[in-house]
Amino acid sequence: MNVTIVDYNSGNISSVINSFKEVAKDKVNIEVTSDLDKIKSSDKVVLPGQGSFKSCVDALNNIAGLVDTLNEFAINNKKPLLGICVGLQMFADVGYEEIETKGLGWISGKVSKIDNQNGKFKLPHIGWNELNIVKDSKIFKDIENNSHMYFVHSYELVPNDKSVVSAITDYSSNIVCSIEKENIFGTQFHPEKSDKAGLKIIDNFINL
Amino acid sequence: MLKNRIIPCLDVKNGRVVKGINFVDLKDAGDPVEQAKIYSDGGADEICFLDITASNENRDTIYSVVDKTSKNCFVPLTVGGGVRSVEDINKLLNCGADKVSINTAAVQNSKVVEDSSRKFGSQCIVVAIDAKRNDGGWEIFTHGGRNPTGINVLKFASKMEKCGAGELLVTSMDKDGTQSGYDIELMQKISSSVNIPVIASGGVGTLDHLVDGIKSGASAVLAASIFHYGSYSVNEAKHYLASKDIPVRI
Repeated sequence: MNVTIVDYNSGNISSVINSFKEVAKDKVNIEVTSDLDKIKSSDKVVLPGQGSFKSCVDALNNIAGLVDTLNEFAINNKKPLLGICVGLQMFADVGYEEIETKGLGWISGKVSKIDNQNGKFKLPHIGWNELNIVKDSKIFKDIENNSHMYFVHSYELVPNDKSVVSAITDYSSNIVCSIEKENIFGTQFHPEKSDKAGLKIIDNFINL
Repeated sequence: MLKNRIIPCLDVKNGRVVKGINFVDLKDAGDPVEQAKIYSDGGADEICFLDITASNENRDTIYSVVDKTSKNCFVPLTVGGGVRSVEDINKLLNCGADKVSINTAAVQNSKVVEDSSRKFGSQCIVVAIDAKRNDGGWEIFTHGGRNPTGINVLKFASKMEKCGAGELLVTSMDKDGTQSGYDIELMQKISSSVNIPVIASGGVGTLDHLVDGIKSGASAVLAASIFHYGSYSVNEAKHYLASKDIPVRI
């Protein structure tokens, strides 16, 4: 099996690569590339993302044909795709970080700044917070409810259809921390930095 | 609910741990990778490396240390010490650091903070502040605490927030190494004056000091010696904080 981590200059993805290689061992081939043919032919795709919504969308668009390839992979062919952090946020129709920016439009909704209640809550939301699982998700197999996951973000995904949400976390309000919609998965937290529970989520995705 | 973080810090010189954990069963007491792994297995919420390598020819040793650690530890890794430029930050991130802390360079040229947070995202830019009390306030020191700058700490903290820093790592030079507790007043003042998380550092000698640090408003507490010398494990520290009703990840 081939799992491709999309390398599109979205910031630092070495931790994502290290964690997937740790879990995959020699059983699964982990590719790190922006090569369109390799993405098309892989079994699963991971879309990481760091920095701002706009910088990640710009970076995707800077690679000719990449967005079309991802659409074909996830929407037409319905193959499993996991978005991490801004990778998840880009599933939305639109993001409001820096400037209004169009997203991939896979999950109807928007990405807006976390309401920090006039400074009562510090931003970014950095650190370990609890996963409150609200819907069965394949990537949460053998993950205990209220497990801790590592978050670093100031913006949140606000989907129109709440039925895609598989877990939330409490910070200022209930923040979406993961989604599952058919073959599309996403985590706002960083499974690659969330210790053993995070590695288990990666393992679950690899073994879908 | 967001948990308060406990961050053990390791001083690394020429690729070796200087003040290491005093455990007898270590294969190689000077290996930063092995020590980081012990901390992360013990429940550390993040690991911090401070590179104190003095000579330029040995500076590259930190890159291989970071590379190996990030392949073995799956909690966030912060690396600081001698970070001068956006290119230095890029290299550390590419080796597997999750955050880079900038100290002297941030004071000398705040553009490094602006440029790097724009390029890599605020989430990976930590500004490390070395603060020393003076008449009625605190002053920034640079170059590992050797050089006074005349810059007011609270003003500088606000400026760094505006420049895009994701977190502030605040070390009290008056308290550092004394094991007499954090400079609580400093942590309170900084925490309440900025909207980004503050990591308290400098002076921890007992587990109660960690409790005081969190109560001061800091989001995370960093400590070196109490963990290095095996006085307490990270796990013991977390259970102690939990017993004092401080939310931690256990």
